[in-house]
Amino acid sequence: MSTVASNVEVPAGLSLPIYMDNHATSPLDPRVLEAMLPYFTVKFGNAASRNHSFGWEAEQAVETAREQIAKLIGATAKEIIFTSGATESNNLAIKGIAEMYRERGNHIITQVTEHKAVLDTCKRLEKYGYRVTYLPVKADGIIDLDDLKRAMDDKTILVSIMAANNEIGVLQPIREIGKLCHEKGVLFHTDAVQAVGKVPVNVIADNIDVLSLSGHKIYGPKGVGALYVRRRNPRVQIAAQIDGGGHERGMRSGTLNVPGIVGLGKACEIAYEEMDTEAAYLRGLRDRLKNKLESELDYIHVNGSMEHRLPGNLNVSFVYVEGESLLMGINDVAVSSGSACTSATLEPSYVLKALGLGDDVAHSSIRFGLGRFNTQAEVDYVADKVIDIVKKLRLLSPLYEMVLEGIDLTKIQWAAH
Amino acid sequence: MAYSDQVIDHYNNPRNVGTLDKASTEVGTGLVGAPECGDVMRLQIRVNPETQVIEEAKFKTFGCGSAIASSSLATEWIKGRTVDDALAIKNTDIVKELSLPPVKIHCSVLAEDAIRAAIGDWKKKNSVAETADAAAVAH
Repeated sequence: MSTVASNVEVPAGLSLPIYMDNHATSPLDPRVLEAMLPYFTVKFGNAASRNHSFGWEAEQAVETAREQIAKLIGATAKEIIFTSGATESNNLAIKGIAEMYRERGNHIITQVTEHKAVLDTCKRLEKYGYRVTYLPVKADGIIDLDDLKRAMDDKTILVSIMAANNEIGVLQPIREIGKLCHEKGVLFHTDAVQAVGKVPVNVIADNIDVLSLSGHKIYGPKGVGALYVRRRNPRVQIAAQIDGGGHERGMRSGTLNVPGIVGLGKACEIAYEEMDTEAAYLRGLRDRLKNKLESELDYIHVNGSMEHRLPGNLNVSFVYVEGESLLMGINDVAVSSGSACTSATLEPSYVLKALGLGDDVAHSSIRFGLGRFNTQAEVDYVADKVIDIVKKLRLLSPLYEMVLEGIDLTKIQWAAH
Repeated sequence: MAYSDQVIDHYNNPRNVGTLDKASTEVGTGLVGAPECGDVMRLQIRVNPETQVIEEAKFKTFGCGSAIASSSLATEWIKGRTVDDALAIKNTDIVKELSLPPVKIHCSVLAEDAIRAAIGDWKKKNSVAETADAAAVAH
């Protein structure tokens, strides 16, 4: 009888399940938790309370965090605005700029593999009379700078291009994009949620005017993020999208989430100190995983550029095996899939489709997101397990059998349903 | 998404995985679904020409766990039945047996389609007229 159930042995000392989905979220670093704890129960003041020590203490903590974040991205503390996370940061940046610069123009440029927080924000602006260009990406996931150049016109006010993609980890050439924007007098926003703390990002060197980041992708807490807003050359103005007490220089009202902000600051401080060694470590683990998979399995396809990529990301299609069925077989490993079956919409990943991959290859994709706390033993176990299950599922796959027989699957008249 | 115990059981230990000689006149092959939809099922039957009993059934499926389980279950159910009996199997029976959630109902539909396609192929090869029942429900 055929069986899919895995018989890969769990090495002694390895604890299950294994978390390898660090692009979705990351565990809180214990050092971050330690920094946050006093701000829940003892130093609980409102940072806007100006007339007692509780308030001053909270305000001081917030200003320290602002410094820590600014240092990581080469900004100054005054240029950091706190938000509830990167979705809010992206909304505030794009809607805030669109509103503030409406008289100068109504054209925004973005690209097709952006996060929904950017794409859906742009779509809403289209309803309000803005014109949005969605640049395509090349097969490696990177935009063509000539496309960007051609898309710019005298009505263009903003370019919003992510620094690193959340599914395929591909890095966009933000420095060149920013340079192009500055030459044309167009503002440049980047959703750097996956890049900050993982690869060097410097708002001056990279010509960034507005940048979104989030706490929980960098071993900080959920529910807190920041927006960098450039104050000089050019001074960027943003129309507030949340009105109220005028916090954050009027750009984002609402009582500050002091423990979250302290955590975000601490997470940035750790990233600043450890990024280089951590990146080398993660790249080593990632390449080990890739090499193991490639040495044991045929018909595997790495999605997106390997050269311009986050160190901890590997996105692979195990062709002729459907992603959700693979996840089911490796149920003690937390990864994600671009398969339609794992999404609410029953559509495969739009990011993978944008690379020109067929839906069938998109259905077969798995995203491995390695992080600070993953170990080599975990990588070895995950690789063995994936190899085992892929081999077994291929014995079950009519497509794999047909391909081995030399049948061209594209020539078959499939009865789509 | 949580899978039912029945789906997990069929996924871990799929019944009747394999390939029959599709050139044989006793064998009917149904290939349904499409790679770009994320599921393709191939279901094959070997029919006794005297009794019209399905003596052997094999499947291979590219698809999610529920698709694998639906086709595995289908082969179990049709084995030992006459072809006309096998046509009585409805996708709703599969949904019930595997406790499939609404988003996975299409997997059961595909399994029913696969049964019909395999039987249709066998009938075509053996010049058996479509029964009125089968013709009426074919889609």
